[in-house]
Amino acid sequence: MPTLIDRRRFLRGGLLASAAATVSLAPAQTEAASFEGYPNAMGVLVDLSRCVGCRSCEAACNKEQQLPAPEKPFNDFSVFDELHHGQKRRTDETRYTVVNRYDIPGREHPLFRKIQCNHCQEPACLTSCFVNAYTKTPEGAVVYDPDVCVGCRTCMIACPFLIPTFRYSSAFKPRIMKCVFCYDTRLTKGLPPACVEACPQEALTFGRRSDLVTMGRQRIRENPSAYVDHIYGEHEAGGTAWMYLSPAPFDQAGFDTSVPKEPILNYVKDFLGIVPMVLTIWPALFAGFHLLAHRKEKMQQVNKNEGEV
Amino acid sequence: MRTFIANNQVIPITNHLRPDGGRWTIREKLLLGLSWDQYRAQFLRNPVNWALCFVFAVGVPILLQRYLFGLGSITHASNDYPWGLFLGFGLFGMVPLSASGFLLGTTVEIFGRKDFVPIERLALLNGLLGYFFAVVYLEVDLGMPWRLYYPMFVSLGPAAVLFLVAWHVATYLSVQIAEVSSAYFEWTGWLKGKRFVRSITIGLTIAGIILSTLHQGALGALFNYAPAKVHPLWLSASFQWIHFFCSAIFAGLSMVIVAGALCKRHLAWRCDRRFLDNVDQCTLGLGKGCAYALITYLVIKVVGVAHDNEWAYLLTGWGRYFLLEMALAVVLPMCLFAYGVKHRRVGLVRWAALISVLGIVWNRLNTAMICFNWQLYREVPHWKEIWVTVTIFALYFVVYRFILYRLPILYQWQGEK
Ligand code: SF4
Ligand code: SF4
Ligand code: SF4
Repeated sequence: MPTLIDRRRFLRGGLLASAAATVSLAPAQTEAASFEGYPNAMGVLVDLSRCVGCRSCEAACNKEQQLPAPEKPFNDFSVFDELHHGQKRRTDETRYTVVNRYDIPGREHPLFRKIQCNHCQEPACLTSCFVNAYTKTPEGAVVYDPDVCVGCRTCMIACPFLIPTFRYSSAFKPRIMKCVFCYDTRLTKGLPPACVEACPQEALTFGRRSDLVTMGRQRIRENPSAYVDHIYGEHEAGGTAWMYLSPAPFDQAGFDTSVPKEPILNYVKDFLGIVPMVLTIWPALFAGFHLLAHRKEKMQQVNKNEGEV
Repeated sequence: MRTFIANNQVIPITNHLRPDGGRWTIREKLLLGLSWDQYRAQFLRNPVNWALCFVFAVGVPILLQRYLFGLGSITHASNDYPWGLFLGFGLFGMVPLSASGFLLGTTVEIFGRKDFVPIERLALLNGLLGYFFAVVYLEVDLGMPWRLYYPMFVSLGPAAVLFLVAWHVATYLSVQIAEVSSAYFEWTGWLKGKRFVRSITIGLTIAGIILSTLHQGALGALFNYAPAKVHPLWLSASFQWIHFFCSAIFAGLSMVIVAGALCKRHLAWRCDRRFLDNVDQCTLGLGKGCAYALITYLVIKVVGVAHDNEWAYLLTGWGRYFLLEMALAVVLPMCLFAYGVKHRRVGLVRWAALISVLGIVWNRLNTAMICFNWQLYREVPHWKEIWVTVTIFALYFVVYRFILYRLPILYQWQGEK
C-alpha cells in the first residue's frame, strides 16, 4: 500500500512543521501587534541653543550610575577634540552619556550635543532582542535585564542612534551598558534623572513626553529665528522620549537625519508576515511534488504487482 | 592517504567483516585498519597536517585568551561594529554554504532525481557540518556563550527575527543529524536506527525545506533592523530575505561541487566507483541549477535596486563597488556555469563553483561589515580575530575530513544495510 505509507509520512512532516509553527509564530504576531507607547511616559527635551558644554551631566551620570572613573576628568575640555576613526566621542562601557562640540560654519558659537539613550517609544533594541532583555516601562524608560542577555549584540546593530555598548572587557560578566533614564534610582520615584538635575543651563527639561512636544513647538513658535522648525525625536524611529531642539540644521550638529520616521520594527514586519505562509503552504506544496514525482514509479510498481498476481 | 594509493589497496573497511573473516573492532575502524604507527606515519607525511598544526598552535591560545579575558582581548571591541568576522563569516557565510543539505535532499527525495544519489550524502554532511560550525562560531562570538539555550527555554523573545533563526537553526541541526545518522548507523551496524530514520526521511526533508527557507531568509531580514546603517545597495527592505534565500541556493550547490571536486582529487582512495563515475555528471547537473539560481538572483537584485529607486547610488564609489561585486560574484560565475554546462566542461563548472563560493562569502561580509555603517568608517578586524576565524575553519576542515575518511559518505557500505 504505497499511498497509505506516503500519506503517513506526509502527516509526520506536517506535524513537524506545525510544531515549529506553534513555537515560532503564534506569539510573534500577537506581541508585534500589541506593542505601543505609553500615554503618560516621561521624556526630556534637550535644547542645543542652551547647552554650553560644561559636561556636568556626564559627571552626574558617572556618579549616579557608579561607572568607572574616566581617563580625563570631567572638567577637561580637550575631550571635545578627540577623534576615533574620524568620529567624535560616543557612549561606551564606561559612559552612558557624552557631550560633543560641533563647530558650524557661519555660526559664532559652537553647538554642544549631549547623547544618551533616547528611550524610544518602540525601541529597536527591544524589538530585535530574542530573549526580551529590554522593557519599555510605563514611565518611559527602556531598561535592560543583564540576567537573560546572551550577548549577541543584535540590539547594538538595531539601535539607530548607536547607543547600547557592550562590556567587551569582561569574560565572565559581560553585559550591555546603556543609559537607563535613572530608572530605579530616580524615575520610579518621580524624580528627574541625575544628568537633568545637574544641568546649570536648563538645557534639559524633564516632563511628560506629550507636554514636552507642546513645549518644543511653543519655543519654536515664539522664537522662529532661533530654531530649526523640527523636533528631532518627535517622529524619528517612531518617536523617542528624549527629543532635541536645535538652532542649526540637525545634520550639522551630528544628528543622523537618515533615521527613518517610523519604528524600526516596521522594516521586519513584512518578513515576519511571510513566516506563516511558508509554514502552511510549503509542506503541502512539497509533499505534492513528492507524490507527483513518485507516481510513475508507483504505477509501475502496482502494474508489476498486479501482473504477478 | 598515500599509504593506500601506494599499496594499491582496495578501499579500506567498507564492511563489518575483515578479509580474514573476523569483525573489525571500533578501534580498527577508527584507524582505518592501519596500525597506530602506520597511522601516525601517514599523518606526519602530509604537509597539510603541519599547516593545520601551526594554525592550531597559535589559534588555541588566542581562543583561551578570549574565554579568560573577554572578547575585547582579541578583537577591537567595537561598539560601532558589534558583529565582526565570527558572525560576518562564521554565521552569515557558513549558513548559505551549508544550504546543500536541504537542496540535495529536496532534489533526491522530493523530486525523485535518483541520478543525484551518489552525491546526496556528501551534500547532507556538508550541510550538517556547516551549521554545526556556524554554531561554534556563534559560541566564540556570544558574550555569554553559556547562555546559548536561553532564547529556547529561559527567556523568549518570539517577535525578534533572531529568535526565528535560533529556533530554526537548532531544529534544523537536529534534522540534519538525523539525516546523516543513517551513514553512521551503517558504519556501526545498528540497523534499527537506520530503518527508523529511513521511515521518516520525507518528513525530515520537508521540515528541512521549511526551516531552511525561513532561516536563510531570516539571516537577511536581520539586516532590516539596520535600515540606516547598511548601505542601501546591500539592503533592500522588501527583498532582503529573498536575496539571502536565493543566493543560498547557488551557494549551497557550489559548495557541494567544490567539496565533490576536492574529494575526487584528494580522497579518491576513499571513493567507490559509483561516486567517481557519477561525480562529473552530478557536477554538471548542479552547475545547471547554479546557473538558474544565479540568473534569478541577478534579476531580483536589479528589481531591488529599481524598487527602492537606488540608481543614483550606482554612480558613487559605493555603486562601483556594488557593480564590481555583481560582476565578479554573480555575472562571472553565471556565465562560466552556463558555458561549462552547455559544453560539458566539468573543470570550468568547478572553477565557477569556487568563484561563487568566494563570491557569496564576499557578499555576506559586505552586508555585515564592509558596507555596514557606510556613513562612518571601515573597521579592520584585529589579527587575532582573523586568526581565530581561520582556526575554527581549520577545525571544520579536520572534522569534515575525519568523517569522510570513515563513514560511508563517498562509498557505499558493503555490509548489511
Ligand atoms: S535609543 Fe537605541 S538603545 Fe535607546 S531605546 Fe532607542 S533603540 Fe533602544
Ligand atoms: S546582546 Fe543581549 S540585550 Fe542585546 S539583543 Fe542580544 S540578548 Fe538582547
Ligand atoms: S538619564 Fe541617568 S543614566 Fe541616562 S544619561 Fe542621564 S544620568 Fe545617565
